[in-house]
Amino acid sequence: MATSLRRDLTSIEAAMPGGRFDSELRADLHPPGWRNPRPRDPYHLLIVGAGPAGLVAARKAAALGARVALVERDLMGGDCLNYGCIPSKSLLRTARFYADLRNAESFGAVSPDPILVDFPMAMQRVRRIRARIGRVDAAVRLAAAGVDVFFGTARFTSGDAVDVDGTRLRFRRAMIATGSRSMTPTIPGLAEAGYLTNETVFDLVELPASLLVIGGGPLGCELAQAFARFGARTVIAHNEPLFLPKEERDAAQILAESMARDGVEIHLNTEAVRVYVDGGRKHIETVNDGNVATVVVDQILTGIGRVPAIENLGLEAAGVDFAPLAGVHVDDFLRTTNPRIYAAGDVCLEHQFTDIAGASARIVVSNALFFGRKRLSALTIPWCTYTDPEIAHVGIYVRQARGLGIPVKTFTVPMHTVDRAIADGEEDGFVKIHVREGTDTILGATVVARHAGEMINDISLAMVSGIGLRKIARVVHAYPTQAEGIRQAAEACARTHRSLLAGWLMNQWVNRDRWR
Amino acid sequence: MTDTAADDALLDSLQHDAFDYFLQGINPANGLIADTTRPDAPSSIAVVGFALGAYPVAVERGWLARSDAAARTLLCLRFFMDSDQSGAVDATGHRGLYYHFLDMQTGRRMWRSEVSLIDTALLIAGVLTAAAYFDAATPDETELRRLADALYLRVDWRWAQRDGGALSQGWRPESGFLHYGWEGYSEALLLYVLGLGSSTHPLTEAGFPAWTETYQWENLYGIDFLYAGPLFIHQYSHAWIDFRGIRDAFMREKRCDYFENSRRATLVQREYAIRNPRSFAGYGTDCWGLSAGDGPSAEPCLVAGRHQAFYGYSARGVPYGPDDGTLDGSALLSSLVFAPDLVLPALRGMAASAARDGRDLIHACGFNPTVTEAGPGGWLSAGRFGLDQGMIVLMIENYRTGLPWRLGRGNPVIRRGLRSAGFRGGWL
Repeated sequence: MATSLRRDLTSIEAAMPGGRFDSELRADLHPPGWRNPRPRDPYHLLIVGAGPAGLVAARKAAALGARVALVERDLMGGDCLNYGCIPSKSLLRTARFYADLRNAESFGAVSPDPILVDFPMAMQRVRRIRARIGRVDAAVRLAAAGVDVFFGTARFTSGDAVDVDGTRLRFRRAMIATGSRSMTPTIPGLAEAGYLTNETVFDLVELPASLLVIGGGPLGCELAQAFARFGARTVIAHNEPLFLPKEERDAAQILAESMARDGVEIHLNTEAVRVYVDGGRKHIETVNDGNVATVVVDQILTGIGRVPAIENLGLEAAGVDFAPLAGVHVDDFLRTTNPRIYAAGDVCLEHQFTDIAGASARIVVSNALFFGRKRLSALTIPWCTYTDPEIAHVGIYVRQARGLGIPVKTFTVPMHTVDRAIADGEEDGFVKIHVREGTDTILGATVVARHAGEMINDISLAMVSGIGLRKIARVVHAYPTQAEGIRQAAEACARTHRSLLAGWLMNQWVNRDRWR
Repeated sequence: MTDTAADDALLDSLQHDAFDYFLQGINPANGLIADTTRPDAPSSIAVVGFALGAYPVAVERGWLARSDAAARTLLCLRFFMDSDQSGAVDATGHRGLYYHFLDMQTGRRMWRSEVSLIDTALLIAGVLTAAAYFDAATPDETELRRLADALYLRVDWRWAQRDGGALSQGWRPESGFLHYGWEGYSEALLLYVLGLGSSTHPLTEAGFPAWTETYQWENLYGIDFLYAGPLFIHQYSHAWIDFRGIRDAFMREKRCDYFENSRRATLVQREYAIRNPRSFAGYGTDCWGLSAGDGPSAEPCLVAGRHQAFYGYSARGVPYGPDDGTLDGSALLSSLVFAPDLVLPALRGMAASAARDGRDLIHACGFNPTVTEAGPGGWLSAGRFGLDQGMIVLMIENYRTGLPWRLGRGNPVIRRGLRSAGFRGGWL
């Protein structure tokens, strides 16, 4: 009884890679025996890649009456659903639960002793969630929505045609949305020793006793923290002085402290230079300011970043310019060097996030099919790193603003001043909202908090709607909530303006005789 | 005694006590000063700089004969002038800059330390202060000024500029420049001023704007200020340079100056201690000051329901920490000049406490009332650290007579550096 409850009536085998959940996923996202439709070309919009960008564009264009072809060589849903956001966030949730268990005293509760970690159970949950969310993107549903779904390898043969495994599909407009793939570090011996990427880490069936994460970007930090929380001895090596180099220093500092609390061994300014296997374990030589050390672990996970997936697409034949690291070149309208072909998502954008992929795809549909003039640069796009605490950002950073000569002022609210954060025992972090000095125009914001990803949306909404920070102070926020931190920042901004106004009025009063 | 007289006596006692560190920590063969009072401590070049700045104070206060002070200074300058500048792994320096830690006896590099930009700047600030003070036409003082000039002119600041922009934090012969650059507001203000003032190897004009581009002007606890977490950042440059009323482009934009900014940073520090988000023992209105310094390395434990780690020597700051309940009395004192109304009551309390239990919280490099393993009064850093004593001597003097500032204001290098950084107004 206990066992069946623990296993959720699902055998371990069903939850293993290739088990029932994966079969369900495949049945939806790349059905065995799928027969590609008879081409109805030329297509108004032919989309290469059925990740978040491809799916958004296909649905939108088809709903608007366009003839749409969607070509996918592997699983629909792309990196996000299959190897990225969804499995990762599912796993992180379980890891966070274990962290809370260990930290039970902080919540006025008793921590179980011992805390038993069942990693296969966590992975079972990951696969179940992935399969469930995958149902929405099922190929048959897309087909029913009027999209011609082709499974196969697409290759441009000219500026207006694509070959899909021997079938020629002509198009009036095309969108390249092939996404990105993990960048592999060029470390001697790494390939021979074997390593995990975000695409293979979710195939693990057992928790590695020890793990080295190479790279302190979002992916590396999220998974390093998660594996440490599962109880793996986790080391992270990052070749910069701070994690998340694009984020604010304070955010990276808070994250480093949090990861250290979780037991992650942090090696900053450290480069992995050689890997070899000895006694069945992986030995990694690292260099830090000239000091050589060796880390010995059971698994290596690389998370140094992603590169655009542009191989074998025949881009030259289509007249589409590209570069290996920057990907497909696009203008602000997301048009490539071939005016009939557009691109969206990771394959062409600096910020490789699912929300940006979807937003860029919507721009492409508008610009490619409806003579739109929508610009990528006009988008206000938040992003978030789902460590604990989360680090969310929208708009520009202070440094960027100052580099552009924009006077900037930041309203800062530490989470330890937010009642709900105190009550929740989630005080690590801050809300920082940047405004143009002397105004309440929001330029950007960074939120570090346990639920920063949820909180940042408040600020994005204000920015897109042109709402100034002072106005947010007039919005009654449900109390107590952690989003109260945003209201506190707004209140500080309003106070500043009130005192400026009071100062001006006082000045007028004092000098009133002059004007008589 | 009146409050004023009592305060003056207290400050005199604290200052004199701190100065004695330099008399006891010196190697009379080369003028180098130990980093700490702990056994086998190396010399820190920054502490040597503070000693050079403290000698004139001691002369004025009658704690040291002028000739003795000049002799100590000269001894030290001769050592640096004749030191190995090859940049070899066991040299003393490179391109006029120096390794952070030197062997007390040989004066050669210790601990694979880096050729340090900020520590060289603190050393050179002391060198220039000494040169400004010892202005007599005696052979010793004449040689002293000649050597000071030569030492300053030989520093190749520009060499450490990364792509013509912000400065690197240091260099090692084994691995080249450190990954860390001077980014974000910090004590490097002094470094940039000295680098820009050089007539031989000045920083390029792009250097200062590249650094200030990383500034963050924040409203925290209702106070607007140029943000930096640890208190010492708001103090070190002010030991040498009088920033009252002079403004660079950034401060003109913000209608503030760096002195006023440090006053506000002091308010933020105290406000944090009053709020005491982690509920540490001792924090409050008259007990605050998170800065870089020593701290306990105790095992993690529960503090007010939270798992709390302890960080040993660390750069503590507000409001994001790291904060493990450790405060720095010398950092609190070094805010005296910015906010005497806040600092003096705190000093009186700490002095009274010391009189009761003999625990000197002001000269120690950190205390932590939360960690009570060693006794009910909490953890106290063992021995003394030279940087703290130097700051105590100089900042009390700036409060009492402004002597270090006056010497700085008259220094053409500092004036030139400030002007190159875009400072205008006030005494400049």
